[in-house]
Amino acid sequence: MIHKYSFNGMFIVLDVNSGAVHIVDELVYDILDYYRELDTDEIVKKLSDKYGEDEIKGGIKELDELVEQRMLFVPDTYSAVVPFVNKREPVVKALCLHIAHDCNLKCKYCFAEEGEYHGKRELMSAEVGKKAIDMLIKASGARKNLEIDFFGGEPLMNFDVVKEIVEYARGLEKQHNKNFRFTITTNGILLDDEKLDYINKNMHNLVLSIDGRKEINDMMRPRAGGQGSYDTIVPKFQKAAESRNQTDYYVRGTFTRHNLDFSEDVMHLADLGFKQISVEPVVADLSEDYAIRESDLPAIFKEYENLTNKIKQRRENGQWFNFFHFMIDLTGGPCVIKRLVGCGSGTEYLAVAPSGDLYPCHQFVGRPEFKMGTVDTGVTNTDIRGRFENCNVYNKPACKECWARFYCSGGCVANSYNTHGDLISPYEIGCEMQRKRIECAIYLKACEE
Amino acid sequence: MTHIKTLNTKRLQNTVAKGGCGECQTSCQSACKTSCTVANQACENK
Ligand code: SF4
Ligand code: SF4
Repeated sequence: MIHKYSFNGMFIVLDVNSGAVHIVDELVYDILDYYRELDTDEIVKKLSDKYGEDEIKGGIKELDELVEQRMLFVPDTYSAVVPFVNKREPVVKALCLHIAHDCNLKCKYCFAEEGEYHGKRELMSAEVGKKAIDMLIKASGARKNLEIDFFGGEPLMNFDVVKEIVEYARGLEKQHNKNFRFTITTNGILLDDEKLDYINKNMHNLVLSIDGRKEINDMMRPRAGGQGSYDTIVPKFQKAAESRNQTDYYVRGTFTRHNLDFSEDVMHLADLGFKQISVEPVVADLSEDYAIRESDLPAIFKEYENLTNKIKQRRENGQWFNFFHFMIDLTGGPCVIKRLVGCGSGTEYLAVAPSGDLYPCHQFVGRPEFKMGTVDTGVTNTDIRGRFENCNVYNKPACKECWARFYCSGGCVANSYNTHGDLISPYEIGCEMQRKRIECAIYLKACEE
Repeated sequence: MTHIKTLNTKRLQNTVAKGGCGECQTSCQSACKTSCTVANQACENK
């Protein structure tokens, strides 16, 4: 399977199963319309209005060579790997700790319902946090690198417990031959020098939530009293980014139907001096006025193209910044097995509610039908785990046919569930945007070569 | 080649044999998290 597209006059061909990316001229691009179906003479005839015979034959010969070198029309043989993947001993290697089901902002699009997750305001105790660490060490088998994500609500509302958990985990690393990597996500309201210092010393990554331009941010991310959060957080975030040498952090925003010109927000964040930027489409129920609809897609595609061009221009002027959703590693990147299974929710990755209950991921927290166990017992509901284990691109009919499958790895299970009520039908609007971003990302890469 | 420039000679098919060690980071792809395409993730088993 191949996917071909053109962008700003560049003709790009992706060979899906080998991962090879080819930049071709228009001739080869046209030949590819017929290459698999017709023989050489027929192709020559088809394209004779546009190209000479020798030229066409030359193009076909080059395509033949790529096929020979297994970089074009490589067959998909990876479904044979799936039984191997499913036979792996289930291990957990990442936990999302819901440190605080409470928040000091009232963001309109919050899937956690302003921090409460279908439940009540609640803070995680240090005891629950430590049990989660113990459980993770036990459930992680021989895996060395373990991730802990402090999430909320707003985790800084319970920062003493965060610190206690970090110290506890660090104290166990040597003895168990583990390496913990901590990440914390914050809206910045409570971020101060002391906390930042602790975060810089201990956290592998720091996620700072801000949506972009002041009016956009303050519209969607108001404080409890209705006033905006922008003026409070921007100076703190700028300081935090600098204190981490502009690496191992990122500012992340959400765009909605209210700012489909979101490239302006990305540029605004770049103008504020941020070098690690992520701005992503909101995922929301269609009944919400800010939810993205299918009819918004043409405008969004255009806007991703705008953004691509703006980023390209900045980079050419030496004003580099990183946009997370256009990051793509064509030369390295993970093995195909990783690309088949994706996020690992419900298997390698679990979320821990403040009470200590375990869920397949942060988006399932508070839905009783998805409770998998507790920090005391570990995963006891192996039925749910089995359902998540089965989530790989070959079990998802839409993904099996999709050219983006090894870049996307089958999308977000929670989005599938929220839109279709099952775990294997992807959220189509998200897919459309994902594919567009991949096209933009590969184009940007090609420009840098 | 005069008509085609290949950007990467990576062959996904060659990662099957040594793959699946699982030391790499998890990769949430949803808007609420550290989401990025899986293709951008680093392999820890080089
Ligand atoms: S873009 Fe959609 S259909 Fe394609 S692999 Fe991702 S989730 Fe599956
Ligand atoms: S199911 Fe979705 S939200 Fe949950 S970890 Fe996977 S990609 Fe992220």
